[in-house]
Amino acid sequence: MQAEGKLLSIYFTAGYPSLEDTVKIIQDLEKSGIDMIEIGLPFSDPLADGPTIQESSTKAIKNGMTSKILFDQLKDIRESVSIPLLIMGYFNPMLQYGVEAFCKKCQETGIDGLIIPDLPVDVYHEQYQQVFEKYGLINVLLITPQTSDERIGFIDRVSKGFIYMVSSASVTGSGEGFGNAQTQYFERIDNMKLANPQIVGFGIKDSETFDQATKTSKGAIIGSAFIKHLTKFGVDSIASFVDSIR
Amino acid sequence: MTYHANEKGYYGEFGGAFIPEMLYPNCEELRHNYIQIMEEPSFKEEFDQLLKDYVGRPTPLYFAKRLSEKYGTKIYLKREDLCHTGAHKVNNTIGQILMAKKLGKNRIIAETGAGQHGVATATVCALMGIECIVYMGEVDIARQAPNVARMKMLGAQVRPALSGSRTLKDATNEAIRDWINNPVDTHYIIGSVVGPHPYPDMVARFQSVISAEIKWQLMEKEGRENPDYVVACVGGGSNAAGTYFHYLDNPDVGIIAVEAAGKGVNSGESAATSALGKIGIIHGSKTLLMQTNDGQITEPYSISAGLDYPGVGPMHAHLFKSGRGEFISVTDDEAMTAGLEMAQLEGIIPAIETSHAFAIFDHRKFDKDDVVVVNLSGRGDKDLDTYIDYFKL
Ligand SMILES: Cc1ncc(COP(=O)(O)O)c(C=O)c1O
Repeated sequence: MQAEGKLLSIYFTAGYPSLEDTVKIIQDLEKSGIDMIEIGLPFSDPLADGPTIQESSTKAIKNGMTSKILFDQLKDIRESVSIPLLIMGYFNPMLQYGVEAFCKKCQETGIDGLIIPDLPVDVYHEQYQQVFEKYGLINVLLITPQTSDERIGFIDRVSKGFIYMVSSASVTGSGEGFGNAQTQYFERIDNMKLANPQIVGFGIKDSETFDQATKTSKGAIIGSAFIKHLTKFGVDSIASFVDSIR
Repeated sequence: MTYHANEKGYYGEFGGAFIPEMLYPNCEELRHNYIQIMEEPSFKEEFDQLLKDYVGRPTPLYFAKRLSEKYGTKIYLKREDLCHTGAHKVNNTIGQILMAKKLGKNRIIAETGAGQHGVATATVCALMGIECIVYMGEVDIARQAPNVARMKMLGAQVRPALSGSRTLKDATNEAIRDWINNPVDTHYIIGSVVGPHPYPDMVARFQSVISAEIKWQLMEKEGRENPDYVVACVGGGSNAAGTYFHYLDNPDVGIIAVEAAGKGVNSGESAATSALGKIGIIHGSKTLLMQTNDGQITEPYSISAGLDYPGVGPMHAHLFKSGRGEFISVTDDEAMTAGLEMAQLEGIIPAIETSHAFAIFDHRKFDKDDVVVVNLSGRGDKDLDTYIDYFKL
C-alpha cells in the first residue's frame, strides 16, 4: 500500500540492548531497506522522551555508552553503510564533549547531521550554525502542532535538509494513533509549501500510522516502537520489524 | 553591572531557555506576559492581600540575641518559617497560581522533592479550586510520607516519577513531560529559581518580598536599610534569591550562599553544586550542575531533601562565577549541630535546609558591628524524624 519514495527512518538508542550492538543494528537496518537512521546518544534526563526511550537510555548509560565510545564504534561505519546517518541526542553531552569537537568528529565519522531537541532554533542560529556548517552537518529542527506559522517560517529558513515534524503535543512513544487534529496539522504544513521537506516523528508505530504520516510528508521516523521490538525480540529480528511497516 | 536577569533570561553566561520546541509556546506565553501581569494593579493587590491575610506576611525580622552574643556579631533572622505551610515556598506558589489564573489555565502541575513545594502548591490550588497534580520521585514518596498525606488531604493528586533515580530531578522531568503533553490548559508551577527563562526571574520576583521587607524592617531596627551580609541556604536557590534580590546590585551588602556538602564535598555524596558542578544544561537552563565528564547528570546527596538538587539557579551560578557571592558548603553533621544549637539558643527548630545556613557562624568570622541577616527559610516540623534519628532524641 505504501506510496513510492517515502522515507522510512528508524531511531534507536546506541548501547542498547548491549553496548556493542550499535554497528550491527545500523548494518541490519540498512540491509532491511531503511532509508535513514537516527543514532540516539543516550542522556540521563531525556525531557522530550517517553518511558521507552528513557529506559533504553538509562540502560545504555549503565552499559557504559558515552560520546567517545559511540564515535569509536562508528569509526569505520562508512565502510559498510551508505544511507544517511544522524545523531540524535540532548545538548548537554555535546556541550561537555565540546560542540566544535563533536561536530568535527561527526564529519570524520561520516555523520550527516544532528537532531538536538533541546537546542532551540534561536540559540542554534546565533551561536552554533556556523560551526555545524563548517563541518558539513545539517541540523534537523523540530516543529509541533503548536508552532506558529511565523516561527515555522524562521525554522524553514534556518534549516538545510529537512524539518522534523513532531506529530502531536506529546513526548515520544505515545500510542494514541492519529486523528483529525493530526490530519489538519499535516495539511496546514503541507499548504505552507516550505523549502525543506518534512519528516514526521513521534507516535508512529506501525504501517497504518506510517501511511497516515507520510501522506503529505516526505517520510516518517519510528523510535519507541522499534526499541520495544528490540527489547522483545532481540537484535536478530530487525528485518521482521521493517517488513511489518512496509 | 547588574546581577539581575536580562530580557533573554541570562545572568551573565547562565540561564536562557534550552527547551524542546514542544515547550516553546508555553514558555513564550509566560515570557511574553509575566512582567506585565505582575505589574498590573489588580494582580499586585490580590498578591499582596493574600500574602498578608493568608500567608501571614510580613514575617518578622527578629534580632537573635543569644545567637548574636555567642558569635559576637549582630544576627537577625528573617522568619519565613512563620509563613503558612512552614516555609518561603508559598510566596512563589501564591504568585504563580494568580499568574496561572490570569493566563486562563485550569490545571496545575508541579514537581517536589521533600514535598514542601508540593504542599505549597496543593495549598494554593485548594485555595483557588484548581486541579493539582504533583510529581514526586518514587523514592521520595516513600521517605516523605507525611507530606504526601498533606498533599492528598489538600486534594492534590501525587504521581510517582518512576524514571531515572526516582528523586527530585526525575520528578521535574516528569512535570516537564506532562507540560509537553498538555500544552494549552496547564500551568507548571516550578518550585525554585530553576528551569527555563522566565522561571528563574519570575520565581525570584515572587520571592523578592523577603528582601523588600528586610529593608524597611532593618530601617526600623537599625536605622539603615542595608545589612552587611545576607545569608541563605541554596538548593535550587529560591529563598536565597528572595533574600538577596533587592541587594544584588548593592556592593555594600555581602551575599553569602550556603550549600549542602552532604558527607563532605569530596566524599562522592554531596550536593555542593558550586564546588562540584560544571557548566551545562539542566531542565532547560544553562547553569552549574553536577555531571559526569560525559555530560550525564549525577545524583546529589544531602541529609536535607530540599537541598539535593544537582543544579543551582542561573542567578546563583552567576553570583558564584563573578565572585559577587561567597559560597560555602556545610556538611550534614555541621548543619545538624547548628540546627540543634538554634533550637536551644533561640527556641526555634529550623528546617534542616535552613540549619545549613546557620552553620555559617562556625565557618566564618563576622565583626562585632556587622549586621548579618540570615533567612530562616522554613521550620523543622517536617524534619523531626530526621532530627530524632540523628540525635537519638
Ligand atoms: C525550608 C526550605 N529551605 C530551603 C529549601 C531549598 O530550596 P531553595 O533553594 O529554592 O530555597 C527548601 C526546599 O524544599 C525548603 O523547604
